[in-house]
Amino acid sequence: MRSRLPVVLVLPAVVGLAFLLVPLVGLLVEAPWGTLPAQLLSAEVGQALRLSLVCASLATLVCLVLGVPLAWLLARGDLPGRGVLRALVTVPLVLPPVVGGVALLLVLGRRGLAGQYLDQWFGISLPFTTTGVVLAEAFVAMPFLVISVEGALRAADPRYEEAAATLGASRWLTFRRVTLPGVMPGVVAGTVLCWARALGEFGATITFAGNFPGETTTMPLAVYLALETDPDAAIVLSIVLLLVSVGVLAGLRDRWIRA
Amino acid sequence: MTLQAELRVHRDGFTLELDLVVEQGEVVALLGPNGAGKTTALRALAGLLPGSRVTADGSSWDGLPTEKRPVGVVFQDYLLFATMSVLDNVAFGLRARGARKAEADAAALRWLTRVGLAEFAKARPRTLSGGQAQRVALARALATSPELLLLDEPLAALDASTRLRLRSELGRHLRDYPGHTLLITHDPLDAMVLADRLVIVENGRVVQQGTPREVVRQPRTDYVAHLVGLNFYRGVADGTEVRLDGGGTLTVAEPARGPVHVVFAPSAVSLFTERPAGSPRNTWRAVVAGVEQHAHTTRVDLDGSPAVFADVTTATVAELRLRPGDPLWVSLKATEIHTYAR
Repeated sequence: MRSRLPVVLVLPAVVGLAFLLVPLVGLLVEAPWGTLPAQLLSAEVGQALRLSLVCASLATLVCLVLGVPLAWLLARGDLPGRGVLRALVTVPLVLPPVVGGVALLLVLGRRGLAGQYLDQWFGISLPFTTTGVVLAEAFVAMPFLVISVEGALRAADPRYEEAAATLGASRWLTFRRVTLPGVMPGVVAGTVLCWARALGEFGATITFAGNFPGETTTMPLAVYLALETDPDAAIVLSIVLLLVSVGVLAGLRDRWIRA
Repeated sequence: MTLQAELRVHRDGFTLELDLVVEQGEVVALLGPNGAGKTTALRALAGLLPGSRVTADGSSWDGLPTEKRPVGVVFQDYLLFATMSVLDNVAFGLRARGARKAEADAAALRWLTRVGLAEFAKARPRTLSGGQAQRVALARALATSPELLLLDEPLAALDASTRLRLRSELGRHLRDYPGHTLLITHDPLDAMVLADRLVIVENGRVVQQGTPREVVRQPRTDYVAHLVGLNFYRGVADGTEVRLDGGGTLTVAEPARGPVHVVFAPSAVSLFTERPAGSPRNTWRAVVAGVEQHAHTTRVDLDGSPAVFADVTTATVAELRLRPGDPLWVSLKATEIHTYAR
């Protein structure tokens, strides 16, 4: 028989667990269950939810189109300074999102490095628009996708790509038919993480895109706003976001919970 | 049409310098110990490593990337694409080389029929047994009608009984295949059965080549002698006396002169506890270093001058009570010893 578990470990563990779970339970307990359906169907909630889903999905799409090739380049390309590039890609992961928002403003803002030309030449202004929301979310979420896909690519046996080459396949065909299907689980996991991160994005969004209901007010921004004026609405919005997060976790259970 | 290759690969302190010639329809086996550079040679030929100059019938492959080379490769662990059906695996090369889907599928199905796996066309590769996967890999490599077929230890991953069956089946397919075949193996039996000619490499260089019969009769290195199971020495002959480089003298039947290789079969060696009488025999003292049971005989490893392997019957083992450290007399008829110039 093994000896008893040491209290010095068990006690903080239980406190830690409670610390993580109690606030979530509190959210459910405090929820205005009576008025919840009405709240859910209200115009503001619906609008914020729709905007959030659309923006997070578009941001994820941007991340997929740009991030998967980037992951491939980092994993397979014979680049000098690949380690440095890989580290740079992960910077937005640890950067406070607000700083990301400020950086985006400095570059893409109306008087920003690139933004001034976008404005002068094409009349395009990105800050404080829905497109700005998508960009801010993509900026913050892309590292999640890149890291996940790059990890899957590096774990995949490159000899399958060599086998495809001996069969006459170009690198592009090999990527489409052999490499990508092989790392699909990693791509799916990365996509889900990326989407969840985009959906919850707050700091970069409010800095770069501001807070205009119907245009840039996503769910997290709406929660923040509602907390001042209508706490019940804030709780309802929070519960919706909580459910989405749990749903994401359930979708990834094979990878995380069983491991 | 003749395929000529000059392989020069230098990497991580290892140098491969290999010149190969493969005739149309010929199966050449590249045989060598692990780390000899066999797989490096295959990768260089396939264009997966730089450093190969290949000409096939006067046209050069230099600078051609892998996907442009007319090669087919059967990899050691087959590398079937897990996300595709068996049929799509076999059709992949044809599709990649521009065939229409219907055309490629029909050709792939013909190949699967030839290897007896048509009913597995829709199956996923991971549901196949090792032997089936090997046949699919062969069909996939041959489907593009390559000029050069490269096989990397094609039977190594199989269990013994499957191996026996697939060896003869593979031999049949290789005989039907009109192009050039290079078989890479460390198994002498695979090489002898499947190949028309053996090229033996050690440390990145060719040490011997010839037909299986030539190689078996006249090994030129310890590795080859060990492969074919012969006692092997280098020595200097003076008439019927051969002074061995490693110590000891043997009396042979055929007179020779100068540096020679000396071989004899372990089964030609007799062991005695007392000094045997009679001639013309070579007799010398030796000490048992090890005893190892083979299928029907027992191999005795003896230290002496020279050291020698002897294959004796189980009855002899019992009679002599062979144990490591036992002193014995070794006896060998002069007529059993074969010498050839170095």
